[in-house]
Amino acid sequence: MITIVDYDAGNPRSIINMLQYLGHRAELTGDPDKVAKAERLILPGVGKFDWGMQRLHDKGLSAPLDEAVKRGVPMLGICLGAQLLTRGSEEGALPGFGWVPATTVAFDRSRLDTRLKVPHIGWADTGWNAGHRMAVDTPEARYYYVHSFHIACDDPRTELCHTVHGYRFTAGVERDNVFGVQFHPEKSLSFGMAVLSRYAGL
Amino acid sequence: MRRIRVIPVLTIDRERRLVKTVAFGKRTYIGDPINAVRIFNTKMVDEILLLDIDASVDGRGPSFEAIGDIVEEAFLPMGYGGGIRSVDDAAQLFQLGLEKVVLSSEALANPGLVTAIAERFGAQAVAVSLPYAKKLLGGQQVLTRSGKSKTGQAPVEAAKAMVAAGAGEIIVYSIDRDGKWSGYDLATATAVAEAVDVPVVACGGAAGLGDFLPAVQGGASAVAASSLFVYRAPNQGVLISYPDEADLKQQLFQKLD
Repeated sequence: MITIVDYDAGNPRSIINMLQYLGHRAELTGDPDKVAKAERLILPGVGKFDWGMQRLHDKGLSAPLDEAVKRGVPMLGICLGAQLLTRGSEEGALPGFGWVPATTVAFDRSRLDTRLKVPHIGWADTGWNAGHRMAVDTPEARYYYVHSFHIACDDPRTELCHTVHGYRFTAGVERDNVFGVQFHPEKSLSFGMAVLSRYAGL
Repeated sequence: MRRIRVIPVLTIDRERRLVKTVAFGKRTYIGDPINAVRIFNTKMVDEILLLDIDASVDGRGPSFEAIGDIVEEAFLPMGYGGGIRSVDDAAQLFQLGLEKVVLSSEALANPGLVTAIAERFGAQAVAVSLPYAKKLLGGQQVLTRSGKSKTGQAPVEAAKAMVAAGAGEIIVYSIDRDGKWSGYDLATATAVAEAVDVPVVACGGAAGLGDFLPAVQGGASAVAASSLFVYRAPNQGVLISYPDEADLKQQLFQKLD
């Protein structure tokens, strides 16, 4: 069973749809007890960093999430959910979970030519770094992105995958049992299915 | 390599059937929209636009349940337009898993609706479709209610107003070329792209892959088509199709570098 954390940040229905299509059982819950006992977690999310983090605190979910992750339960953050795995974001003032040695930073517009917009929206070819458990071997993989901030790792070995929008940036992270992807696997056709299948099979 | 979105437009009628129009008039029944979406999933489609072409004419809102059934099958970004009249309509659509709402008739009459939805969900989540046709005595104007009502506004003028109101994308939709396989109206798509700084989607008339490149070179950020993706060829049977990645690369993406 994959437990998807419900904290009112965006719409997780597409993630459930894709997991069910792939034959995996998934439940959406905002119940701290269920989250604490989860076998496998997904932290989705669309919205602002502080809003998401505050919402997790208010719903009593941040402590059970932290316990579960420290117990070794696999955790996959998607989009804002991936950014919340880091220590904090230039978008907000609240600390993130800090499970991954990285921070979340704004796109450096001075490095983008005028044709390139922020938010970065659309499909982008994405490369996977070898030596990670979550890495998929899809040739010419591409995924759908919608974001204005991206993760910056302290140590390049934490980087799971990468893409380019004006410049190369980290598109995913892996640290022990904690994984995060900036793109939306649930909106990324069979490319995204391979990512969710990989996670479900870890 | 720069990627360009190539977007199938699926038009549904009040019976929630997939239909294809010619110049927003004569309709041909194509099939079940859910089936079409399933096929588009396997064909690795970038994005789908689903438009209910009867909603504003009928004076009703979106058919949320039917739209939900379609979105549930789409493992890709999808936009919906037709009968959206309030922020609450938009909120319900995003709850169904849509990426984007497409406003048209209501937005042109009430630009404040674009602003309100963009403020709550972000400009990237609000596109405005501008269906337009030639005027009898020259010039062009944007039409609403599936081509039935005149606005008196030229496409460029309407596009500027909609972007000023907060639209994150403009769909430039030639009614005269709809279903005609005559290629895009490049002059209008280019003029709109030059007038606004948000992505412009060219729509109406595409007859083949070869029509995409000039539209993008003219300034369109994405290209949309309907007949091309639901018919085998002009005056032939229904065939849901989409260009191969290799062909898109060779005939579009790589020519833009």
